[in-house]
Amino acid sequence: MAEGDHPNEQAHPSAETYLRVAAALVVLTVLEVGVFYVPAFHAVLVPTLLVLSALKFSLVVLFYMHLKMDSPFFSFLFGAPLLLATGVLVALLLLFFGTLTLRGAAGGG
Amino acid sequence: MTHAAATHHTSMGLDSRKIAFWAFIGSECLLFTSLISTYLVYKGRSVVGPSPHEILNIPFTSVSTFDLLMSSLMMVLALAAVQRGDMKWGKIWLFATALLGLVFLGGQVIEFTEFVHKGLTLQTNLFGCTFFVLTGTHGAHVTVGVLWLLTLWVRALQGKLGPGHALTVEITGLYWHFVDVVWIVIFTVVYLIQ
Amino acid sequence: MKRWITTTDHKRIGLLYFWTAFCFFLIGGLEALLIRLQLAQPNGHLVSAETYNQLFTMHGTTMVFLALMPLSASFFNYIVPLQIGARDVAFPRLNAFSYWVFLLGGLLLNASWVVGPLFQAPHLNVAPDGGWFGYANLTERQFSPGPNIDFWLLGLQILGISSLAAGFNFIVTILNMRAPGMKMLRVPAFSWMTLVTQFLVITAFPVITVGLVFLMFDRFFGTHFYVTAAGATPLLWQHLFWLFGHPEVYILILPAMGIVSEVLPTFARKPLFGYTVVVFSGVLIGFMGWGVWSHHMFSVGLGPIADSVFAGTTMLIAVPTGVKIFNWIATLWGGDIRGTTALHFAVGFIAMFIIGGLSGVTHASPPADLQQTDTYYVVAHIHYVLFGGTVLGLFAGIYYWWPKMTGRLLSEPLGKWHFWLTFLGMNVAFFPMHLIGLLGMPRRIYTYSPDLGVSALNLVSTGGAFLIAVAILVFLVNVLRTRTHGRPAPNDPWGGATLEWSIPSPPPVYNFSVIPTVANRLPRWKTEHHEPMRDPPAVPPAPIHVPDGSWWPLVAALGLPVLALAPLTHTLWLAFIGAAILLVGIYRWAFEPFEL
Repeated sequence: MAEGDHPNEQAHPSAETYLRVAAALVVLTVLEVGVFYVPAFHAVLVPTLLVLSALKFSLVVLFYMHLKMDSPFFSFLFGAPLLLATGVLVALLLLFFGTLTLRGAAGGG
Repeated sequence: MTHAAATHHTSMGLDSRKIAFWAFIGSECLLFTSLISTYLVYKGRSVVGPSPHEILNIPFTSVSTFDLLMSSLMMVLALAAVQRGDMKWGKIWLFATALLGLVFLGGQVIEFTEFVHKGLTLQTNLFGCTFFVLTGTHGAHVTVGVLWLLTLWVRALQGKLGPGHALTVEITGLYWHFVDVVWIVIFTVVYLIQ
Repeated sequence: MKRWITTTDHKRIGLLYFWTAFCFFLIGGLEALLIRLQLAQPNGHLVSAETYNQLFTMHGTTMVFLALMPLSASFFNYIVPLQIGARDVAFPRLNAFSYWVFLLGGLLLNASWVVGPLFQAPHLNVAPDGGWFGYANLTERQFSPGPNIDFWLLGLQILGISSLAAGFNFIVTILNMRAPGMKMLRVPAFSWMTLVTQFLVITAFPVITVGLVFLMFDRFFGTHFYVTAAGATPLLWQHLFWLFGHPEVYILILPAMGIVSEVLPTFARKPLFGYTVVVFSGVLIGFMGWGVWSHHMFSVGLGPIADSVFAGTTMLIAVPTGVKIFNWIATLWGGDIRGTTALHFAVGFIAMFIIGGLSGVTHASPPADLQQTDTYYVVAHIHYVLFGGTVLGLFAGIYYWWPKMTGRLLSEPLGKWHFWLTFLGMNVAFFPMHLIGLLGMPRRIYTYSPDLGVSALNLVSTGGAFLIAVAILVFLVNVLRTRTHGRPAPNDPWGGATLEWSIPSPPPVYNFSVIPTVANRLPRWKTEHHEPMRDPPAVPPAPIHVPDGSWWPLVAALGLPVLALAPLTHTLWLAFIGAAILLVGIYRWAFEPFEL
């Protein structure tokens, strides 16, 4: 199998794009740590952090791992198990924290 | 090297190794999610201390996080260099990635040793076992990645790695970025959301 | 011999899987017979309670992981590349690695039967004894101090690696190595079901791996993942196990369903009714199979909402399953039926799987399940779907593809005897278990009181088990006679529609002298839409490169049991040796020149 010449791959991002993504990742991380330390944000800590880390996650996956430019099939190969995993996580949280099982938090486990 | 392309038709027009590796990454999502789910499900259930807010060192771990993020940058620069045939910079960036990976691992060692001194071990409580197994599994993945990167670096030094091996480097990159991405989740879920 | 050890040819690997798996099937069957002998009478004393626990644990573990899965794998290996028009799988050395790891894992697991003395225990004392599902906290060191559970969790982790590797391999193979013109909706049903199965494998096995790692850490490193006193819960094990375990049962049944979807059309001389619907139902079963796992936990107190949700999803999954059954029946309806042994087994599959499915649907209701769970009613359900389903389906595949794989046809008269004895035996063995369970006999007890009123039924069930044994003997006689007296098989003894029938039996090492270009779903049949394809020429027009074998898959595989021996024997340096062997194997493999 010849390497490096696949019709499905589009032009690679430039070094500039990579550096911009890196800068964004740094900024997002600073924001995350900021939200952690600034008391004013504590009310919305969890959703804010989840959004920020999801952004970082997406940037790395889409640009560094090239998913945005590659065949959509790779997005499926990654996305479907990711979706499944998220579903499992949410289900386990619900099952263990008893919020939907009409039991107290101390029970149900 | 290229005659294979003529005889090895692929139904999807995609490289088999790349398909295999993305499938592997999908599989690893389930692995890490099981570990993270356990961490979350057992959060707050430890019967004895120490608890996360007493032990976790956010400034230190933030530096580790930056380190790993920058290593991903090194990795894409390494791939770009190899793809354009610039093996001088290819070697430099590959080594830099591995080095930053080693720094991360060093940070983990320091962090874990600190925790043990402060009374948190695998056996101490639920926080201990879920934390150490989750981050330990991640650390083991980083270790494998560092070995993999150093292997490529040595091959490059020997003149055996070139633009014809761009796919190999790309797949190495996929692994490395995935390990970084898992850390992004762990940093948020374990360290920042306490 | 060396050629077999270094082989990377999917056909040879398929045969290796078959013979190894069949041996494990016989061992698992022996364990079953001992169980049934012990239960033939109340207050039986053929074996002690401790030995009995090992027997049912090993029977379940062996049948699921060492017999049924690898028997399916033997067909994935041999047949899928042929059906899609490929010369081999995507990663032949990885394929060999999967086989060797399976063999070594199975040997490690079964070694536990005989190595008691090495652990200061008698023979037949250290085999796994915590049930095939190893519930915590029985499996914690406190309640299972010996090495039994260690063999189990280490063996399963090794086997998991084998399955995962094969999973990645076959996903890439089926997606990326199809012959020109073979669009996905022209891929044969068996290969489609194989694809769905492999996606289930690569997503479900990581979860059990984590569960087993937690158990291993609890047992070896003093963690508390399943220890209530530390704030944890044994329920976590149940969730992790069944998150894997339910997709696992679809891993066990989908390949057999795929086989049935091949056999029925061939012997009805009619295309599979509703091929697209059958394929999509299989895909749907795969997805939906992830949503039902807690139906194995209706008795643990999840609460009414969780119970209801899982009851609903469980009932829903009966729909795509039922759709397949209707499509199979419609395939036979109005067809030109040839009653070969393969067809008998395929039809038997449908009938027995319906019964197993019905008892499954009764489990879907939590209040009903509270009566059924942990009783022999469940054992009946399991065996109707796994024996009546998977095993009958696998035998259908065996009779169907035996000529292709060996070049000889199994005897049809002996085959009919095999079928009818099996069919009778399994119903006599497993039907009474529905009643035995509802009358109150729990699972996993080594004996029962005559007052329970299930003695006669148990004796009947034991009789059925021995009938199955006789049937297997008939099959073995068939196999032995066929080696010397079997009718040589032409390329296409059955008039099959798919590509594997276009080449010799057994195929040449390169499979197809010329890779065919496929224009429709039934290339070898004449239909109202198209003429049959021309089979590839007997001699390849150009030389075909055939890859060499390789030692490194075996070497790498050997590293794993050596690694496992370290915790088993509490010898740290063995871990380093095992890791070193694995690393050397991987490095030599990676840098070996190997051309597809």
